[in-house]
Amino acid sequence: MSYDWPTLLPLIFAGLMGLAILIYVILDGFDLGIGILFSVAEDAEQDTMIAAIGPFWDANETWLVLAVGLLLVAFPLAHGIILTALYIPVFVLLIGLILRGVAFDFRAKVPAGRKHRWNRIFFLGSIIASLAQGYMLGVYVLGLDVGLGGMAFGALVALCLSAAYAAMGAAWVIYKTEGALQKKAVLWLRTALVLTALGMAAVSLATPFASPRIFDKWFIWPEMLYLSPLPILSAILFLWLWRQTFHLPKPDDRHSLTPFLTLAAIFTLGFAGLAWSFYPFVVPDRLTIWQAASAPESLAIILVGTVVVLPVIIFYSFYAYRVFGGKATDLTYD
Amino acid sequence: MDPLILSRIQFGANISFHILFPTITIALGWVLLFFKLRYNATGDSAWMRAYFTWVKVFALSFAMGVVSGVTMSFQFGTNWPGYMEKVGNIAGPLLAYEILTAFFLEAAFLGIMLFGFRRVSNRVHTMATVLVAGGTTLSAFWIIALNSWMQTPAGFEMRDGVAHAVDWWAIVFNPSMPYRLVHMLLASGLTVSFLIAGLSALRYLQGDRSESMWKALRTGVFTAAILIPIQIFAGDQHGLNTLEHQPQKVAAMEANWNTGPNVPLILFAIPDEAAKENKFELAIPDGASLILRHSASGVVPGLNDYPGNHPPVFPVFWGFRIMVGTGLLMLAVSWSAAFFLKRRHGLPKPLAMLMVPMALSGWLATLAGWYTTEIGRQPWLVTGVLKTADAVGPIAGSHVALTLAVYLILYALLLIAYLGVLVHLALKAAKDGDTSPLPGVLNAPMSQPAAGE
Repeated sequence: MSYDWPTLLPLIFAGLMGLAILIYVILDGFDLGIGILFSVAEDAEQDTMIAAIGPFWDANETWLVLAVGLLLVAFPLAHGIILTALYIPVFVLLIGLILRGVAFDFRAKVPAGRKHRWNRIFFLGSIIASLAQGYMLGVYVLGLDVGLGGMAFGALVALCLSAAYAAMGAAWVIYKTEGALQKKAVLWLRTALVLTALGMAAVSLATPFASPRIFDKWFIWPEMLYLSPLPILSAILFLWLWRQTFHLPKPDDRHSLTPFLTLAAIFTLGFAGLAWSFYPFVVPDRLTIWQAASAPESLAIILVGTVVVLPVIIFYSFYAYRVFGGKATDLTYD
Repeated sequence: MDPLILSRIQFGANISFHILFPTITIALGWVLLFFKLRYNATGDSAWMRAYFTWVKVFALSFAMGVVSGVTMSFQFGTNWPGYMEKVGNIAGPLLAYEILTAFFLEAAFLGIMLFGFRRVSNRVHTMATVLVAGGTTLSAFWIIALNSWMQTPAGFEMRDGVAHAVDWWAIVFNPSMPYRLVHMLLASGLTVSFLIAGLSALRYLQGDRSESMWKALRTGVFTAAILIPIQIFAGDQHGLNTLEHQPQKVAAMEANWNTGPNVPLILFAIPDEAAKENKFELAIPDGASLILRHSASGVVPGLNDYPGNHPPVFPVFWGFRIMVGTGLLMLAVSWSAAFFLKRRHGLPKPLAMLMVPMALSGWLATLAGWYTTEIGRQPWLVTGVLKTADAVGPIAGSHVALTLAVYLILYALLLIAYLGVLVHLALKAAKDGDTSPLPGVLNAPMSQPAAGE
């Protein structure tokens, strides 16, 4: 591989896109998770849970727009192939996101009697969007296989990802609340964690056997050695998180953010594993990132903007999180 | 079922639904800033109360805009993959800059603007309002730049059938871009001022005479009255620009079948594309020549110059007329309302009742205008570069039919819910305005304007 711009630019953009997806999955993950947990929370708890994500969710969802945007602008060929192949699941995802996004706002503004209806729609939208994302991931992992096997695998990943989001949501609730709701969230986390671990293990085992190409990327000496920290570290983090759930909440609410950070780390490891499985393809087994990329001069002009703007975005995102730091309190417009 | 037709209807439905909400947020951000600055300057809490009422509308509109915008960005890939394949090198960076510079800015500071009034200093809260308003406007700038480029492409060259950027300045500031941007920003301003005026009129009719109602009402009415003549002038300039760069669109707007001098201005007609003539025509002699060429004998382009290469006449012709008609109605209503507020310090009841449905006049004019300009671009997606029919993806018609049906139902329900909440918020504000009068308007009689107005 030579290191000139036409080679490097698509690689950089693949990295940026990956980063955007990872940030999206972590940040909107807890939003979606809280939506899923709406099904087991009571009315007053739901208000607190919304207050825990209210100021952030718009910015969180923007990372999805950036990820799809980067796919669109940096890899236009892949964008068309992937999205036409996933036409129906993408549609289902969008319906979920629409329902979730509007219910979030409507529930706070409608006459009191209608609030319950929008709470249910919020749950429905969140679970639909989570399942659709997982399904798409599963189908994509198998090279956009939309046969029966692909669909079954997609369904498995859909459940796994939804459980993982629920775990993220529970961890966020632990961080942002106190008292009875916080204790309840610890139990939610424990339940979701079991499902997440089972799902993640199933996906990790099924993936290499479902795709010979991915098998070859993982089970070859010495790559196996370099890659072994990924699953081992993930397993250790899972066990550690499991132990944490028995000691939470701690006095003075110490370490209440730790479960969330641990989960984020697990997500990152899993994501790195997936990224390694796909590289250098952007459409598995069909298009490499270089074949699908836009013209170098177009990528260069986006890169200039990205390099300047991305740090600013990250800076003010942190600022927003700081302004609304601490335990969630009732959100009011005035 | 033809996936092309269905995809076009689906995208049309989606963009029609989407555009309603940015149209509100673009200008409403600046109105909120105005409320905030007035509050900062006067310390009058009625300004802040107006802010809190309208910031909710902003939040809801923003959420509707985001979710429908996400849907649209996915539809580029699901339904129109040929678009990015052919012109992705140009559309890509413009969209990327919109997301990077504008969208994140709005989304990140929205939380502070909505919920941060008591959490950050007043200065930071004002700053957040500035950034959100600036973000929505910047967003509009990039999107209009791209849309205008699709109408009047410039600054590129074709290599192996794919568009490559040559001059970014020429791409962004393409021939129709400044006109389109000004026209759209003014449209947003008018939409918001009529929305505010209309919902405030509803509060007024409910007996609300609170200071915050008056402040919102006057802001809406006076803004509308100032913006509408500017918009009529800007629209005329935009039309002349279209005549220069997209004459076939103007020919369709005027339903003028033959190029020539002394072209009449048609007020009413049913254009018949098969017979290439207008039925039930009612026209002013030489009118179109006068407006477009400023001379009765001015030559106006006709559709006969563009056989098989001009847009469908009926929707473009009527879209244009609905837009202009709504604009004239806006002029009449906003100027009479301004007169009564200024001279009589009140609103006659019939005028207030007319203003309530006029709350949505901005939407009507904007949609009609968009149909004129977007359908007027057909059969091209990017004028002279890419035909709409060549951009559609390999999807089954039945799939598009299914998704289209669900989208339509969902959009209809959401629109009803949205309008319901707007009315609910106005009525709630009316109720609160009565029960908690501010100092200076204590027990103001219902029939009289508040003290100090």
